[in-house]
Amino acid sequence: MDLSWSDSEQAFRAEARDWLAGHVPARPLPSGDTAEGFAAHLEWERALHADRWSVVSWPEAYGGRDASLWEWLIFEEEYYRAGAPQRVTQNGIFLLAPTLFAFGSRQQQDTLLPRMAAAQDLWCQGWSEPGAGSDLAGIRSAAVRDEQAGGWRLSGQKTWTTRGAFCTHLFGLFRTDPQAQRHHGLTYFLVPLDTEGVTVRGFDRLDGDEGFAEVFFTDAFVPDSAVLGGLNEGWKVAMATTGSERGLTLRSPGRFLQAADRLVELAASNPESSTPVLTDRVVRSWMQAQAYQQFTLAQVTDIVEERPTGARSSLNKVYWSELDIELHETAMELLGPDAQLDSDWSRGFQFSLAGPIYAGTNEIQRNIIAERVLGLPRK
Amino acid sequence: MRFALTTEQQELHQVVAQLLGDACTPDVVRAGTGSPQADRLYAGLVDLGATGLLVDEEAGGLGLDENYLVPVLVEIGRAAAPLPLVDTLAVAPGLLSATGRAEDVLAGTVCVAADPVGNGLVRFGSRADLLLQGGWGGSGVIRVVDLAGAQREPQAAVDPAADLQRISFGTIIAEIDDPALVRTAWLRGVLGSAAELVGLSRRMLDLTVGYVKERQQFGVPIGSFQAVKHHLASALLAVEFAAPTVSAAGYALATGDEQASVAVATAKALASDAAVQVARATLQCHGAIAYTTEYDWQLFAKRAWAVAAQWGTAAWHRDAVARALGLPASGTSPAH
Repeated sequence: MDLSWSDSEQAFRAEARDWLAGHVPARPLPSGDTAEGFAAHLEWERALHADRWSVVSWPEAYGGRDASLWEWLIFEEEYYRAGAPQRVTQNGIFLLAPTLFAFGSRQQQDTLLPRMAAAQDLWCQGWSEPGAGSDLAGIRSAAVRDEQAGGWRLSGQKTWTTRGAFCTHLFGLFRTDPQAQRHHGLTYFLVPLDTEGVTVRGFDRLDGDEGFAEVFFTDAFVPDSAVLGGLNEGWKVAMATTGSERGLTLRSPGRFLQAADRLVELAASNPESSTPVLTDRVVRSWMQAQAYQQFTLAQVTDIVEERPTGARSSLNKVYWSELDIELHETAMELLGPDAQLDSDWSRGFQFSLAGPIYAGTNEIQRNIIAERVLGLPRK
Repeated sequence: MRFALTTEQQELHQVVAQLLGDACTPDVVRAGTGSPQADRLYAGLVDLGATGLLVDEEAGGLGLDENYLVPVLVEIGRAAAPLPLVDTLAVAPGLLSATGRAEDVLAGTVCVAADPVGNGLVRFGSRADLLLQGGWGGSGVIRVVDLAGAQREPQAAVDPAADLQRISFGTIIAEIDDPALVRTAWLRGVLGSAAELVGLSRRMLDLTVGYVKERQQFGVPIGSFQAVKHHLASALLAVEFAAPTVSAAGYALATGDEQASVAVATAKALASDAAVQVARATLQCHGAIAYTTEYDWQLFAKRAWAVAAQWGTAAWHRDAVARALGLPASGTSPAH
């Protein structure tokens, strides 16, 4: 056990903290899940990129700093502590990028990663369909070979596509072998949304922001270079991304440490609405945020020392999503009648309710935990 | 940064786990505190140097720290060892130097129990030679009481293996009022109980996972049913997120972190809640078979319930942390 940071890690923290202190907008940006707010967030993303803070753990050649996983955690802690804006680029840099690093050709990496880091290409995820949610292997959107044109023709519909109405590109799963069943015969495609035959329709989330989109494909042509990983290997490629989505990268501990500290402040500054029961809940959430941090430190140690974490990423996902709800429900109670006002807390509360649904429902995660961590029989 | 045991810490952990696996089977837990089997177990631990784990090398101990202590007590919890080992291994070191009895503990001729509440209710009481009484919350005075000739009344208890005794009329041989010593003794007791609870929780889970893979209903193992899976996944979550806070609290104590008391309180609160949740889930997943004293589950569950309530309950520690965070605390918890 050594829970101290090295000199260079402390220097990295200080540099990140200084930069954030000098650059985080004084007034919160409008929600990044609206057209106006998204544009404001893009400026922020470009400011991050200009000083190489947008993708700290990536190679320098792609706009990063070659930061270690530890430094990435430090950056995230400082990022949330500084109250910096939400990352509207997150589905690209945290979900697609790890997959590109693992499965992409050199040319795909060289072409796509620098543009992603610079928030020039904005990626959304095209996995879920009206008929394929938790049962993701039920995907029906298809890609048909166009030998003459040297590519594929996509058709079908994706939905729940976060910020799809504002993004420029989509990474998604399409059925390339109509004879194959379930998770066989799927291929991972990278699709520009301005491709002819692609239509995007934004729609509102629970909080009223246009954070969702459905994406329609009608004979949309993409070249062979749009395939990520092998033909018919989309499931394997995609599962590498779900590990990131459930585990460390989508929800770093910094986010919950900061939320827990804000909750403590809220309780301390509203003594008239607090009660012993609410204080107890505040402390419980605060402790759980520390637990998430400690768990992550142990997990990063495993990753650094090449002990695969595998299905244990499902533990992260269930824990942070349930913690996030509890944190926000407690805040709503502390706010009392003011909770009905549109605010960071009330928006955070609504968003927290999505946590156990997206990135694989917590019911599916508990099945994964039981079967792959505890070793219980599938059937 | 490295959040994992060192090779040396792992080696000690493994050798203790091996000993307990051999010498502290459920039959030994049932045989209880005063049994020859429990004596042999204690002798085995003493041979490994466990009673000197936190004792300085100059004083004849191993000179190790809480980073080593935590995994050892996790294993002791996993085995539900019927001896006051948190008290002897974690709380006693540092408190006996003025009594001339520290060597006896190292040699294994003396076993130490603690009664931080100070009401004379002592677990594994028939094996206790010395009692550390008082020091609740890490302040006040700890009296070192020699129990030779003391009056011991066995108490009817939820856990028959706990050998609960009401002890009175011992001889006070020392009074420790050094605030640092009293505080450290308390924090180590809290930390040690938290570690025990992690081990107990893991044992209940292991027992249950094994059972639900074997037990068939409707022609299939009950572990294939989603309702059972979800109970056990939730139980695992509770343990997996409590355990690192216990390790982190051990590290905080070992390194003299000024926030150690908050880390220790966090560990105990989460480990206590986890153990109670795991006990409930694992009983439910067993069904009636676990609702009997003939089956081993009860040995670990009853121990867990008792330890969850020792050295401050989860709610008590949350109250203490509320105070540390500047929130209005309501209970009797100390200022950290």
